[in-house]
Amino acid sequence: MTTIQSSGAGDLTQAGHEHEEWGYLTPKSSMIATVIDWATTIDHKKIGVMYLFAVFTMFFLGGMAALAVRFELIEPVRVAVDGTITGQQLPRLFGLDEMSVAEGDQLYNRFMTLHGAIMVFMFIVPGIPASLGNFFLPLMIGAKDVAFPRLNLFSWYIYLFGSILGIVAIIMGGIDTGWTFYTPYSTTTDAQYWRVFFMVLGVFIMGFAGIFTGLNFIVTVHKLRAPGMGWFDMPLFVWAIYATALIQVLATPVIGITTLLLLFERLFNVGIFDPAIGGDPVLFQHFFWFYSHPVVYIMILPAMGIISECITIFSRKPIFGYRAIAFSSLAIAGIAFLVWGHHLFTSEGALIASIFSALTFLVAIPTAVKVFNWVATLYKGSISFETPMLYTLAFLFTFTIGGLTGLPLATLATDLHLHDTYFVVAHFHYVMFGGMVIAFLAGLHMWWPKMFGKEYNEFWARVGFVLVFVGFNMTFFIQFLLGTQGMPRRYASYVDEFTIYHQISTVGSWILALGFFVHLFVFISSLARGRRAHPNPWGGLTLEWETASPPITHNFHHEPLITHGPYDFDTVVPPQCDPADYPLPERPQGNDH
Amino acid sequence: MTAIDAQTASPDLARPRRAWERYVHGDHWRSSDEEFDGQKIGMWLFLTTEVLLFSGLFCAYAVFRMLYPDAFANGSHYLDWRWGSLNTLILLLSSYTVAKSINDAQCNRQGLLKINLFITIVCALAFLAIKFTLEYVPKWSVGKRPGSFFDYPFAANEHESIWWSIYYTATGIHAMHVLVGAGLLSWLLWRSFKGLYGPRHYNGLEIVGLYWHIVDIIWIFLFPLLYLIH
Repeated sequence: MTTIQSSGAGDLTQAGHEHEEWGYLTPKSSMIATVIDWATTIDHKKIGVMYLFAVFTMFFLGGMAALAVRFELIEPVRVAVDGTITGQQLPRLFGLDEMSVAEGDQLYNRFMTLHGAIMVFMFIVPGIPASLGNFFLPLMIGAKDVAFPRLNLFSWYIYLFGSILGIVAIIMGGIDTGWTFYTPYSTTTDAQYWRVFFMVLGVFIMGFAGIFTGLNFIVTVHKLRAPGMGWFDMPLFVWAIYATALIQVLATPVIGITTLLLLFERLFNVGIFDPAIGGDPVLFQHFFWFYSHPVVYIMILPAMGIISECITIFSRKPIFGYRAIAFSSLAIAGIAFLVWGHHLFTSEGALIASIFSALTFLVAIPTAVKVFNWVATLYKGSISFETPMLYTLAFLFTFTIGGLTGLPLATLATDLHLHDTYFVVAHFHYVMFGGMVIAFLAGLHMWWPKMFGKEYNEFWARVGFVLVFVGFNMTFFIQFLLGTQGMPRRYASYVDEFTIYHQISTVGSWILALGFFVHLFVFISSLARGRRAHPNPWGGLTLEWETASPPITHNFHHEPLITHGPYDFDTVVPPQCDPADYPLPERPQGNDH
Repeated sequence: MTAIDAQTASPDLARPRRAWERYVHGDHWRSSDEEFDGQKIGMWLFLTTEVLLFSGLFCAYAVFRMLYPDAFANGSHYLDWRWGSLNTLILLLSSYTVAKSINDAQCNRQGLLKINLFITIVCALAFLAIKFTLEYVPKWSVGKRPGSFFDYPFAANEHESIWWSIYYTATGIHAMHVLVGAGLLSWLLWRSFKGLYGPRHYNGLEIVGLYWHIVDIIWIFLFPLLYLIH
């Protein structure tokens, strides 16, 4: 039995370091010096915080576009006999009265594209790895920094530059191609403008940020683990980030060449994707999905890592099936590259479609392995319902719904009926929002005290959780019903029968937005006047809880030595915690041999 | 030798040490060997991404070759295999010299190190010069251009524009890599004049050398696909 006394490590971090009470957050002598320090920092923690701020800014922009999309859909667009148009919400919202139906639809298309492109390329893909991953991966393996700190800062500036190009495209009027940029529409629409060019260039440039981050993480995990930490002593979040990094490195170059060819197409009309002069638009779709399907696992794997961490800490039990979870992350990363064809079921032959359908079903296996292991971890655990755990439990519901509704889409016969309907929209959002965003919020709440050294208000955070959970399900569950009844996606209007469904969905989106504003308020008030956080508020066993909150600049005063596994809750008292608060379970009687 | 004092110390210690001897590894690494290993893994991963980037182009080549075999057969006849071969030889020579320069650094032959790096840079520039003045410009001026710019009056096949699209895109992206490589090699040369590379520290040479070899290898694949097979 290993017991880490609370006094030892805690006093050591305090003694003689009062001038560094705020760790890496300690400001410099002047405001300008602090700003310069942050702008030129190579500290992974500061870069992680800057990424966190950036991705949530993008989340706000994409969320606003989503609210606009839902607002337009509150009422179907109708033209009366005398030519008056009713039900056009967006033009009215922006005070543009004189707008034909086609122009109104165009505006809707732009908002829909902005929502998709911003959320996918600027929020979900970099989201967890670049912010929480950057901050916690080195801490969790006991390293001082990532392998290439300057490359890390460089990747942040690349991301920033790419995002700015995307925002330039928005300011110039937005694009209407959908986030998939399908050719030949994307090469001919708005031909006199440079918007598509800037947006695609932004995506191309941001790809490098992903590659550099992934490359950095792989080398960090291989070379910088603390002494004594074998591969199977790593926290599962690290495994998940490692698997993610593999996909980032192997898939992102393909979107690089795809967007590069698309840029050439727009600049020089090279015609590789242009059917008018013999090019092949389906080739674009193959290229695009060869990246963009693996990328949904870039989005979801880190989320799964966070869930693995939360579920053990808040049920105070060793994780069930450590190796199964670790290897299922790698399995998902591997299968990710074999399933892109299910986005092109209608444009490929029956044999190829059947093969891709079968391969797609394979993804369900490692995913289910994870879900079953998480549920088994809960069994007989002493579960506490703080906000991170509430989000974790919500993840188990919403992500499972998202995963299971993927199976009818992978089945050729049902997909013929369901493809390009709201069923797909609902499935995607249950996986991405119900999976990635919910897990992001779980991780953010769990690690918030560690990152900023401040406690957040548990009551209001729970209120925010209830609003987000109710709002999310209200917005998207109804869309499964809409989809099965035949409502096609990407349309600005619909038949009268669907009105009530769309209205429920739109009201849900408002509740969801309210929930996020509650969370924003909770976080801002925590930063402004939150109480000083304990170094290990939840009693975690991974290495990040051994250092101060917020961590000191070099993460640890001494290189940590690994003496226990990341989830040995039944044999180890958590570092910096009182053994009275975290009593070890009694040993079972009568088993001594 | 465990203890160094005035009697047993080598006379070398009296000299002011050179830049490569003063190199200190980043403080988040345990040793400079670990750091070097990490950098090499990182570069190999980056090379993987380069291969995948070009694999998109090879894929496009395969698809269009299958769709328009005649246009591609015609297309390769328009290219002069002699210039292609010369460029291949130039790149192979440059790969040899960059590898030699690493060996020079390991053996502390500072003069040869600079000469070999210089030859490598000259090769890179010669490659670009041949590519540009003897291949791109003459072809472009007679209308052998990509996509909708295509304006060659004697085209035997209507899909030759796609062939030229593939040709210019693939060799153009490769040429960009050569240009970046020339820049990196010049940076190495500048640093080698500051004496930063020697037996115990030649990380930059090794890393850029790896990059330079992948640029070479990609050309080795592009050359037969575009110039040789009909």
